Amino acid sequence: MSTGRRSFLKALGLTGLTLAAGKEKVYGSEAKSDTEFYGVLYDSTRCVGCQTCEVSCAEANGQTPPEDTPEAGKVRKTTDKYRTVINAVQTENGEVYVKTQCMHCNEPACAAACLTQAMHKTHEGAVIWRGNKCMGCRYCMVSCPFDMPKFEYHSYNPKIEKCTMCNDRTQKGEKPACVANCPADALMYGSRRELIKEARKRIIENPGVYVDHIYGEHEAGGTGWLYLSAVPFEKLGMKTNIQSKSYPELTKGFLYSVPTIFILWPAILLGIREGTKDNNKNDQENGQD
Amino acid sequence: MDRTDITIARDNDGKNIIQFILKELKPKGKWLTPFNIISLPVMLAGLVIIVVRFWKGLGSVTNLTQEVPWGLWIGFDVVTGVAFAGGAYVLTFMVYILNMKKYNSIVRVTVLNGFLAYVFYAGALLLDLGRPWNVINPIIGNSFGVSSVLFLVAWHFLLYMIAQLIEFSPAVAEWLGARRARKILSGMTVAAVIFGITLSTLHQSGLGALYLMAKEKIHPLWYSEFIPIQFFVSSIFAGLSMVIFEGSITHKVFSDQIPEKHHSEHDSIIIGLSKICSVAMFAYFFLQIVTFVHGKRWAYINSPMGYWYLTEIIGFVIFPMVLFYYSYTRNKVLVARIAAIVTMLGIIINRLNVTVIGFKWDEAVRYVPSAMEFIVTLTVIFAEIWIFRWIITRMPVLRESPSWAKDQH
Ligand code: SF4
Ligand code: SF4
Repeated sequence: MSTGRRSFLKALGLTGLTLAAGKEKVYGSEAKSDTEFYGVLYDSTRCVGCQTCEVSCAEANGQTPPEDTPEAGKVRKTTDKYRTVINAVQTENGEVYVKTQCMHCNEPACAAACLTQAMHKTHEGAVIWRGNKCMGCRYCMVSCPFDMPKFEYHSYNPKIEKCTMCNDRTQKGEKPACVANCPADALMYGSRRELIKEARKRIIENPGVYVDHIYGEHEAGGTGWLYLSAVPFEKLGMKTNIQSKSYPELTKGFLYSVPTIFILWPAILLGIREGTKDNNKNDQENGQD
Repeated sequence: MDRTDITIARDNDGKNIIQFILKELKPKGKWLTPFNIISLPVMLAGLVIIVVRFWKGLGSVTNLTQEVPWGLWIGFDVVTGVAFAGGAYVLTFMVYILNMKKYNSIVRVTVLNGFLAYVFYAGALLLDLGRPWNVINPIIGNSFGVSSVLFLVAWHFLLYMIAQLIEFSPAVAEWLGARRARKILSGMTVAAVIFGITLSTLHQSGLGALYLMAKEKIHPLWYSEFIPIQFFVSSIFAGLSMVIFEGSITHKVFSDQIPEKHHSEHDSIIIGLSKICSVAMFAYFFLQIVTFVHGKRWAYINSPMGYWYLTEIIGFVIFPMVLFYYSYTRNKVLVARIAAIVTMLGIIINRLNVTVIGFKWDEAVRYVPSAMEFIVTLTVIFAEIWIFRWIITRMPVLRESPSWAKDQH
């Protein structure tokens, strides 16, 4: 069945006219079964905080280059103008750096939330935004556990801004701009499987250097971006209350119950109506006697 | 039937429909009423703000942030407004499914109110859309985001508005004197009612399900996997409280429209509704307790948010529940009215706690709605009341149907 047709049937199922969609997975991506997602491994122990990634990101996406620099004690955030930022954090190991951008979740909350499929997980693993579909409802922002989609609040034609893992570059076989330009080799582009293998190797081969955790391996059901760090991730200011189940999982139960209710409810309601009708008739007849 | 008692409105009886509509379009009654004097300037200001909003972007009139992308317009207008509109599905359930004939006289006005609430409050959603020209994408075309709760809610809003329009349409036909149309349309009522109740069950809970993915963003005292069912159960007494409240006002303001026998019935209707409210509120309270225990919420109680939670539950659930119980056991209509108002305040508080107050409660910079957001919200409410008044003073909503319509059954 073609995708168009299938999603139309799913649409009917959700608005409750058929059960056809009941057993299908209702996630935001068709690429779900594809385990060879691509991603990026970010090693914060190698990062020198030079902001080359920020500059090359702005260049690649036609945005303004950064105006401030990472400073310990100050939190810089991605905005509708900056898709990635580097922050500096003071720790017992001295100043360390941490990069922020969309995590490109395996099962993205933003794409599951999007009612127009404007947020979309490609087969290669990038989560992209498609302006010709988006209606600007910002439900993706409400749902993303990392608060990554940003909205242009001061435009009459606002876009949703976030990292696209340079989807147009990777389609041409190039690496994402930040990865290609990092002078410290802190970023590595590859398939998620390879990246996890590489991250494990680094943890094992350098005893005592890394905390024994690959951030993103399980967070939010697994993310395309993977992080290595020498200090616990909460010290880096990263969200550590992220669940390990995927976020679309949270609405699955509700969505699955919809077709059932749509079949059962009308039948039950009709039944009750017929039942109470008889009662009333009897009442009236008895009353008239 | 002799209808000389009705001075304001009269249905079309055999005249040319176009001429009749043109005549009816003209304003009726006094202009300088207190309501007009207050609402007109607000609505004008609101219109200006809406123009600015589409010209300069949402950020120029709202205080929304990147972390709190949904504010008053969604949390109050849409989420709370739709809960209040729940009276229509509850009442049609009682009258058409349970055959509780007693409530027949208020069905029309409640359905009208529900319909207008959806048109205006759900319509307020359009003001909040950044790219509203793409709003048809989830309805037509190949952009079905079927895994989205918002997709479901949007579709249900649309379908439910159609269902309510069908439920209300016989009144329009009677007004226009369209006898054949009325016969066909009223034949569709029961189907529309059954469809409408089903849709309501799903999207009332769906509004809660919208927030399920915002798991860490909502204060744990308000987030739980039970939000959808809590929203559904509370929409029952939210809607009925609105019916009591609105009924008490319309019976004063439009008393000349209402036949004598309905005036006397109204008190017993209110008492009946307050009984249902108290039962539904008890079920809701029980749900809250289950959620509280299940979510191990003791840990959060001894904090400002905890006290606020207790205020909501004790002051705005238990207290009005007791008032409702008292009003129907002692037959006290005034108490029922007070209970309805307290309940409505409680619903506003609860919906805002989930959507605004408890949302990103730990963020350094909190979202507080701007004055302009409040003015637009008021504009939406006033506009709805204007249209409501226009219809009430023309169509047979409160007053009785023309005699030919009664013979049609
Ligand atoms: S981090 Fe947020 S925006 Fe990025 S893919 Fe995950 S859910 Fe979507
Ligand atoms: S704002 Fe756009 S991308 Fe985000 S959920 Fe809404 S339609 Fe989808």
